[in-house]
Amino acid sequence: MKSVIAENLVKTYRKGAVRALDGLSLDVEEGTVLGVLGPNGAGKTTTVRVLSTLLEPDSGHATVGGIDVVKNPKAVRQIIGLSGQYAAVDETLTGWDNLVMFGQLYHLSAVQAKVRANELLEQFSLTDAAHRPIKTFSGGMRRRLDLAASLIIRPKVLFLDEPTTGLDPRGRMEMWGVIEDLVREGVTLLLTTQYLEEADQLADDIVVIDQGKVIARGTSDQLKDKVGGERIEIVVAQANLVQAKEVIERVTHGEATVDQGMRRISVPVPDGTQSLIAVIREFDSAGIHALDLALKRPSLDDVFLSLTGHIAEAETPEVDHKRRGARK
Amino acid sequence: MNGIKDALVITKRQLLQLTRVPEVLIFNTIQPVMFVLLFRYVFGGLGAGIKGGYVQLLMPGIFVQTVTFTLAATAQGLAQDMEKGLIDRFRSLPIARSALVVGRTLGDGLLNIVVLIVMGAAGYIVGWRPTSGPLHIFLGFLTLLFFGYALSWAGIFAGLMSKDARVVANVSFLFTFPLTFLSNAFASTTSMPRALQYFAEWNPVSTMVAAARQLFGFHNTFGVTAHSFPSEHPIVASFIYMVLIMSIFIPLSVNRYKNANRR
Repeated sequence: MKSVIAENLVKTYRKGAVRALDGLSLDVEEGTVLGVLGPNGAGKTTTVRVLSTLLEPDSGHATVGGIDVVKNPKAVRQIIGLSGQYAAVDETLTGWDNLVMFGQLYHLSAVQAKVRANELLEQFSLTDAAHRPIKTFSGGMRRRLDLAASLIIRPKVLFLDEPTTGLDPRGRMEMWGVIEDLVREGVTLLLTTQYLEEADQLADDIVVIDQGKVIARGTSDQLKDKVGGERIEIVVAQANLVQAKEVIERVTHGEATVDQGMRRISVPVPDGTQSLIAVIREFDSAGIHALDLALKRPSLDDVFLSLTGHIAEAETPEVDHKRRGARK
Repeated sequence: MNGIKDALVITKRQLLQLTRVPEVLIFNTIQPVMFVLLFRYVFGGLGAGIKGGYVQLLMPGIFVQTVTFTLAATAQGLAQDMEKGLIDRFRSLPIARSALVVGRTLGDGLLNIVVLIVMGAAGYIVGWRPTSGPLHIFLGFLTLLFFGYALSWAGIFAGLMSKDARVVANVSFLFTFPLTFLSNAFASTTSMPRALQYFAEWNPVSTMVAAARQLFGFHNTFGVTAHSFPSEHPIVASFIYMVLIMSIFIPLSVNRYKNANRR
């Protein structure tokens, strides 16, 4: 069953001058994770805002848990959790205050709200900091608290909009751990990210979006295959370069390219590990010493570049810009 | 029912904020008390001939000025929630869309109760003696609270329109500050240029000040020149203004909040 369906969503700003969504369609199978991957301004946040009922599309159709987001937004809000690009919690209050407040807004009783707050603080390793104002939290802790706030009612569908943007590597790893736990528990998750490795790590399926449209869809492996298969890369001593190239081409039946400066030979192979082992055996009997060898799979960066013709932008100051309320 | 409960959770949040950052409450009460003391002793001489002295007319003026500034406080608080993305979270919850804004206006109203009590006490210390009896004094304060509450809705709209909390606070202040001075709050309007006199007389702040003076039992000697309806019937006119302000800004705000897009 599909938990989330979006069909031909269009959303324009400035009287049509900016097409944030330009006929975007996607769906998420129940209990799976869909990674929505794209650079800044691709339409990721707009997609999440439409699906989480914050924004009405100009046209198109979307359901979450089988409920139409435009016709019955209130029912949708009862089954979703949303955690945005920045921690949307009250910074002057403590973590505990925040969770109890949101619990009450989900119409839990005062007692239930407190019990749930304690559970969530425990689950997200925030118990020690529970009674400190959020202001004193690290970036990673804020995000975890924000995520906790979106899980108060155990949502059927969870939307995470760039959950690790702006976090340091440690914060990112912690966040990934937390999200992986949720996924194991079977939550249906739509996750947007501009980090290719994040989609690779967390998502079952990935859609790549650019300029408000889905430009590719598949598993991480399928997307990589689209760009091309694996390659063997071997570095040898200068003296062995010519002989090594001959051996490699004979074993793999591929056309090897040589980077003279790096003394690196690179060749596409159909069956990665098998070919690598065969090459190493031949090297051994020919007495060639490999200084470095690797089986390279295309990264999602390569995928993005080949799909869009431009490189996925790394984090830019635009994040700050967005925080202040500017949006495309 | 749930709508009211939701709004009260938001109000509770604001009160909780005050306990976590008590400086806000302290500053909010110190500033008006400082005004009371400054005006009482700097302009005290203006009251020659007023029964009971200048302070009797001054206090209602300062009360109204203080509740008028609620507009800026509400606007700033809401703009901060917008800035931090908090409003998105509230809008993604299964609560009444009005809860956040209603809750905030109630919270700012409650804060005004505390501020008015402190100011009233300060006024009493410096010689303010309302003469109208407990019921009318109570009604006087109640009217002041309603006036602040009505303006709070203008603040909600300003907050929802803005992109930056500090800017909206400054703009609201630039708007309300002259409004409180181009009025009968601190001095007689009769000494103003003719055009300003008319403005001052129709100014809702003047009307509210005149109403408060009447409810506290003082004759409003600070200017009736045009014999306009608001100056002749200040209490009725004040309520008309309040209803007018709310019937303009509540629908505008609710509509704006529904579509609040943080663009």
